[in-house]
Amino acid sequence: MKKILIGNAAIARGAYENGVTVATAYPGTPSTEITEEISKFDNIDAQWSTNEKVALEIGIGASIAGARTIVSMKHVGLNVAADPFMSISYPGVNAGLVIAVADDPGQHSSQNEQDTRYFGMAAKVPIVEPSDSQECKDFVGAALQISEEFDTPVIIRLTTRVSHSQSFVEIEDRKDIPLKDYDQNPNKYIVAPAVAKKRRILVEDRLRKLEEFAETTELNTLEYNDLKIGVITSGIAYQYSKEVMPEASFLKLGLSYPLPKDKIKEFVNKCDKVYVIEELEPIFEEKIKSWGLDVIGKDVIPTIGELSPAIIRKAIFGKSIEGIQTVFTEEIPNRPPTLCPGCHHRGVFYILKKLKLHVSGDIGCYTLAAFDPLASMDTSICMGASIGMALGFEKARGKDFAKKSLAVIGDSTFLHSGITGLIDVVYNQANTTTIILDNSITGMTGHQDNPSTGYDLKGLAAPRIDFEVLGRSLGIKRIEVVDAYDLDRLEEIIKKEINADGPSLIITKRPCILVKRFDLVKEAFKIDLDKCTNCKICLKIGCPAISFKDEKMQINQLLCVGCGLCAKLCNFDAISGGGE
Amino acid sequence: MMNILISAVGGQGALLASRIFASIAIKTDLDIKLSEVHGMSQRGGSVVTQVRMGDKIYSPVIEKGTADFIIAFEELEAARYINWLKDDATLIVNMQQIDPMPIVSGKIKYPSNLIEEFSKLPISLYSVDAVNLAGKAGNTRTANIVLIGLLASLTDISKRVWEEAIVETVPEKFIEENLKAFDLGYKIK
Repeated sequence: MKKILIGNAAIARGAYENGVTVATAYPGTPSTEITEEISKFDNIDAQWSTNEKVALEIGIGASIAGARTIVSMKHVGLNVAADPFMSISYPGVNAGLVIAVADDPGQHSSQNEQDTRYFGMAAKVPIVEPSDSQECKDFVGAALQISEEFDTPVIIRLTTRVSHSQSFVEIEDRKDIPLKDYDQNPNKYIVAPAVAKKRRILVEDRLRKLEEFAETTELNTLEYNDLKIGVITSGIAYQYSKEVMPEASFLKLGLSYPLPKDKIKEFVNKCDKVYVIEELEPIFEEKIKSWGLDVIGKDVIPTIGELSPAIIRKAIFGKSIEGIQTVFTEEIPNRPPTLCPGCHHRGVFYILKKLKLHVSGDIGCYTLAAFDPLASMDTSICMGASIGMALGFEKARGKDFAKKSLAVIGDSTFLHSGITGLIDVVYNQANTTTIILDNSITGMTGHQDNPSTGYDLKGLAAPRIDFEVLGRSLGIKRIEVVDAYDLDRLEEIIKKEINADGPSLIITKRPCILVKRFDLVKEAFKIDLDKCTNCKICLKIGCPAISFKDEKMQINQLLCVGCGLCAKLCNFDAISGGGE
Repeated sequence: MMNILISAVGGQGALLASRIFASIAIKTDLDIKLSEVHGMSQRGGSVVTQVRMGDKIYSPVIEKGTADFIIAFEELEAARYINWLKDDATLIVNMQQIDPMPIVSGKIKYPSNLIEEFSKLPISLYSVDAVNLAGKAGNTRTANIVLIGLLASLTDISKRVWEEAIVETVPEKFIEENLKAFDLGYKIK
């Protein structure tokens, strides 16, 4: 039977069919759906972890204990998991260990465009790269086999287009793969120098064997057609190139590290002109050129951003397909993402802007508060960085500066990697004020549960981390819990805490309006135009549902969710509703 | 080969529309690839779903200048992707205006004459009040299916196949209103 699946669901299917029994992840676009889909299979123990490092450590333990395992993350998640990743390369695995890493060329939802293939090379760990959903499923099976045969973890490198495009997948039954014996073997898994030095030699040996394997594996495919143009490529770039040059010859690298040197040499020698078409970095190109072979790559193919058929056509043939050409007489405005109507974060950032504070921000929906109209965040660098960076502000500029600045971080991001920053603040006797924006969900990636929500990946009840109790246990004396929409109290607390000596923790609470279990959506609010004076104070919260149009204030009745924040700001009692 | 680009504002139901195409491809024994963007842009941002059907499909994304159809759930989102259409292609636009943040905050005005400008292009234009028609079908949330109904009437694929695809795709309790909405869209032509 064939089914149409997004790449991430096909990865999940591949894990199921190939006997995986343990799956872990921290959510991150574009990788999130892999583990959400896996959680639908009863015979896989799937879970969200607090961060990618823990997710991989669980995966390593499961593999050594005999279970086929998949660990999933976005590209920057592998930075968090870099320590266990680099460290498990030498010891190797017991049962197959596959790490699905989704890159985000074009930065649809990410802070950078790092190319995960560099990580594989740095760790001397093989990489497979599917180009459509069928390959996503098949390559999980291949990766597990490589992992077990060559005693190595294996990366499946995905990209946004592969993860989020749908195509046909042939559905098969789950293979019966028994749990392997626990590999109790300190001479392999204790990476003390005495052991690791021996493993170091084996890793080089493993890489030589993988290079030989690369020459013969069916993951690498040759298509000899017209020999005037040859293309060496991988992943989604193969599909784009094939679309533009169906008549060309192709060497498609399903195993994208290590490379098949002899196969590539033969291909380059047979074709008149060879293009290396890679999305992101010139990794194949540089290696191939180092062998003295003449190929064309990043001289014509962009390094920055996603590729597309149009970009490849322009690069190779210097022309574009011309369709409808039009320029509109009026400007077409952008439609940037915004905080949703009813968002928890809107009240908090309204106050932070009003108080003109230096806000050390973090990664989540609330990063959108860095942009108009709330525009109240100075920095956002990586997951969990806000608290350490706020401490850095204070170290550089003194305690007085700390009284004009604070850190804001979401519930899931705090648990992911903010908690260590907070411990640092306590230990180093800083003044730093931290706000945990607790909206009871991991929001930006599409509503995943985390250790503070009281539910697990399968939606079952789970222990709930209490931020207040946690703060107290760390020795923080000044802790306040406040409704994010109680603006007066929130303002008073923030003013008091930034001026206080010693670390403060403010926990703003209000669930994400979009989470169905909280059932928070109410009837839309309305503006009484007789009372409204057009003072426009309600516009300051930057709610997409409120606008000033045709010389009067309006609330869009389709968008408004009845949160009532605007009514709290109105000095003329002109806004009411919510079914009250 | 048929290239269909669906442009919308996050939350308008473009993803459901794409699932109907998947079902159509299975029934008509065509190859299909769809591409959509998840994550950050869903927060009220511009979203686009690309559908490609034919004997053998490689790229999941449509090359600029080669789309046969655009179904735009909102007027600005039609304008944003208009250059994806090839000459003589079809634009189906839902006559709905949703103000993006630069307009809400008063920095720029919503373009005043988009439909008129579309009508001057060498394309077939269908501007539809899909929300109103969906209301007649019993639920304004079926506006997406009204637009699919109109598209269906412009293809060679039989009405029955489309109806079967809808029945398979939407939750059971919504089948009736969706079939009504489809029918209202199908009759527009």
